[in-house]
Amino acid sequence: MKVLVAVKRVVDYKVQIRVKSDNTGVETQNVKMSVNPPDENAIEEAVKLKEQGLASETIAVSIGDEKTQDVLRTSMAMGIDRSILVKSQNPLEPLAVAKTLKKIVEKENPDLVLMGKQAIDDDSNQTGQILSALLNWPQGCFISSLKIEGNKVLISREIDEGIENLETKLPAVLTCDLRLNTPRFASLPNIMKAKKKPLDMIDIDTLEIDTSTKIKTLKVIEPPKRKAGVMVNDVKELVEKLKYEAKVI
Amino acid sequence: MEREQLEYDVVIVGAGPAGLSTAIKLKQLNSDISVCILEKGTEVGAHILSGNVFETKSLDELIPNWKELDSPVKTKVSSEEFLFLTKEKSFKVPNLFLPNALQNHNNYVISLSNFCKWLGEYAENLGVEIFPGFAASKVIYNDNDEVIGVQTGDMGLDSEKNKKENFEPGINIIGKVTVLSEGCRGHLGKEVIKKFDLNKKNKSPQQYGIGFKEVWEIKEENHEIGKVLHSVGWPLENDTYGGSFCYHAENNQIYIGYVIGLDYKNPYLSPYDEFQQFKTHPVIKKLITGGKRISYGARALIEGGLQSLPQMYMPGALIIGCNAGTLNMPKIKGSHTAMKSGIIAADVIIEHIYNNGKLSEYEKKFRNSWVYKELHQARNVKPSFQWGLIPAMIFTGIDQKIFGGRLPFTLQHRHADHEALIPARNAKKIDYPKYDGEITFDKPSSVYLSGTNHTDNQPNHLLLNDRDLSTNFTIEEYDEPAQRYCPAGVYEVELDDETQKKVLKINSQNCIHCKTCDIKEPSQNIEWVTPEGGGGPIYSGT
Ligand SMILES: Cc1cc2nc3c(=O)[nH]c(=O)nc-3n(C[C@H](O)[C@H](O)[C@H](O)COP(=O)(O)OP(=O)(O)OC[C@H]3O[C@@H](n4cnc5c(N)ncnc54)[C@H](O)[C@@H]3O)c2cc1C
Ligand code: SF4
Repeated sequence: MKVLVAVKRVVDYKVQIRVKSDNTGVETQNVKMSVNPPDENAIEEAVKLKEQGLASETIAVSIGDEKTQDVLRTSMAMGIDRSILVKSQNPLEPLAVAKTLKKIVEKENPDLVLMGKQAIDDDSNQTGQILSALLNWPQGCFISSLKIEGNKVLISREIDEGIENLETKLPAVLTCDLRLNTPRFASLPNIMKAKKKPLDMIDIDTLEIDTSTKIKTLKVIEPPKRKAGVMVNDVKELVEKLKYEAKVI
Repeated sequence: MEREQLEYDVVIVGAGPAGLSTAIKLKQLNSDISVCILEKGTEVGAHILSGNVFETKSLDELIPNWKELDSPVKTKVSSEEFLFLTKEKSFKVPNLFLPNALQNHNNYVISLSNFCKWLGEYAENLGVEIFPGFAASKVIYNDNDEVIGVQTGDMGLDSEKNKKENFEPGINIIGKVTVLSEGCRGHLGKEVIKKFDLNKKNKSPQQYGIGFKEVWEIKEENHEIGKVLHSVGWPLENDTYGGSFCYHAENNQIYIGYVIGLDYKNPYLSPYDEFQQFKTHPVIKKLITGGKRISYGARALIEGGLQSLPQMYMPGALIIGCNAGTLNMPKIKGSHTAMKSGIIAADVIIEHIYNNGKLSEYEKKFRNSWVYKELHQARNVKPSFQWGLIPAMIFTGIDQKIFGGRLPFTLQHRHADHEALIPARNAKKIDYPKYDGEITFDKPSSVYLSGTNHTDNQPNHLLLNDRDLSTNFTIEEYDEPAQRYCPAGVYEVELDDETQKKVLKINSQNCIHCKTCDIKEPSQNIEWVTPEGGGGPIYSGT
């Protein structure tokens, strides 16, 4: 079984996001970038499948500029065998990302595509679903456990009422929840080894897909600041404030 | 435990200006030499916080064509002012009277954090291997007590030091020479200085300061790119050593900061609040009103100068840059001197590895370099501030302006910083104004901007040598000054439910790695050790 993992480069989750002063987007210059957190769970799961002898090869793919190589090196330091960078200078919308991934799937013929449930930068939560539709493969979203028995894929996902257990077949697209596993640290020796693993680059133009944007960003602004709370001295003051200032009672 | 091992010719701890300069120079001198740098920050520059008005002397030596490259050293100083502040007013000290050390017209306003990121990429292109996110947690010695390398910290331990699911043991990194360039108060540096008694020839104890910095985006009409402003005076009392800086960088950003000597006496003094209060001075308030604060951080500086500089070589290793103490205090500049100390280190190491040269040659080379001359000229300024601000300024004027730092005597520092506090009962309480949320802010919202983070459920990295000492001594005698000197609100005093005694609570996940507690704690009870790699602030633009 061949496993393809899609990885996105995003602003590190620990960084305080700052809106650019011209309101065209979020500041990414000189900002620490990392692997999108749920994509790390996808990487970890792929590496585990390989360690269990279920996967024969694991491949990571990412779309972005030259710098995006760093998240692929991290993926390989965590144990992915090789990777592909689809070079694109412009950020893509989920539909274009899914179309790109479909091309890579057609080229690499994996039996399983793993990806994060959503990216923490735009929170779109669409790419996996669109990809499965484009490929006409079954999908499992937000998976929090995974078991593969022959051709059978057993997954669980957390839903409002509890845990839903589902079964489907390979080939499939699965998107991973943070609860799926604990991603490993990339050890120093493995970081060194990852520097020598193959990383192929493809120009997105050679894939001949429509990457035009369908959404126009008018303006990016910060959410309004929450007003500071006030301390009241007694119940009477509280009631008065609720009544006359907040006018809720 | 069996640990994996990696071997290099040279192992460098810390990717600051000093360590990066050593690495680059080594590769320039011999491209075959294998060099690695360990950096505890999640990326190069993530733990670097500095003014910074940058003198390019060392960069000119190291990368002579840097102006042709796309470096972040772009904004030349365009004008400068030195102010003496009172609560309401400001007095401009004419530039004519300023010692040369305080004149900056050939220098650049930079973000040292961004500069280090750039230097890091430069080093990697020469073949240096940099490992960000890996802290060197221990020095490794051989049976002859020579340094042979360092051990990286274990990853994935819980607070009781049990292995978690993702446990990854630290590894041994062995080098023919180890270079400790951890910056001010490196925790390995502290260990080797003690172990090899590197301070034995020193007359003066080491001196430190705490420096704050905020990056602001201000209104275009208030911004004068390249302008450099320094001040002394208000809000500090006359007997406290310190002052402010305010540098106009690119993109309508300014770098506002404050440095306070850690030899302050009053345990009620809160360096953080002095800085916040400083911003309310009319001169500064006018500048930042309507602007937005985008970054906050703090870091200790090493201020002892030549009198306190330890021997910089030991068997198998060198200690360089601010880890040793090469900062020029009257200039408040340590970047170019740290870089030069790193360049000299590379020369000595190449001789040592390829031609049997001795590491002790470092001392001779350092003495014959311009850094030594510079530090020698500067040596009497900081100790003169023991006499208070005004006498010190007059003395400094005479010493620097008339004698060019060549007076035939050397003043000494009297105390180590942790010895300076007076008991709380003899000290005056200080009432600091409330934060307005516009130009002054509370600690939690500041710490939030530093991006600091430590994986929860990991061993505490702020160790108390004696658990009860804080309760029985520091709290009673000094009203626990850590509550005030820690710039990140890590230390809080709480009432223990059972004993009804005041106890110290340590919120170590907030730590921004400034090292102040390790320096100032009156009984030297707090020991800063490296947390899990990658933890700590994520600075950019600082
Ligand atoms: C507020 C402030 C203002 C300043 N203004 C100026 C100025 O205007 N001009 C100027 O020239 N200088 C200025 N300085 C001084 C200057 O920042 C320092 O002199 C300089 O950074 C020292 O360089 P360094 O390489 O020795 O150490 P650092 O820059 O401190 O670098 C040390 C590096 O080592 C890493 N490290 C530490 N311990 C470990 C470990 N155990 N394992 C792995 N990595 C580790 C750290 O994360 C860091 O990246 C200022 C400093 C401060 C605090
Ligand atoms: S705990 Fe110590 S090192 Fe950490 S921020 Fe506070 S004073 Fe600085």
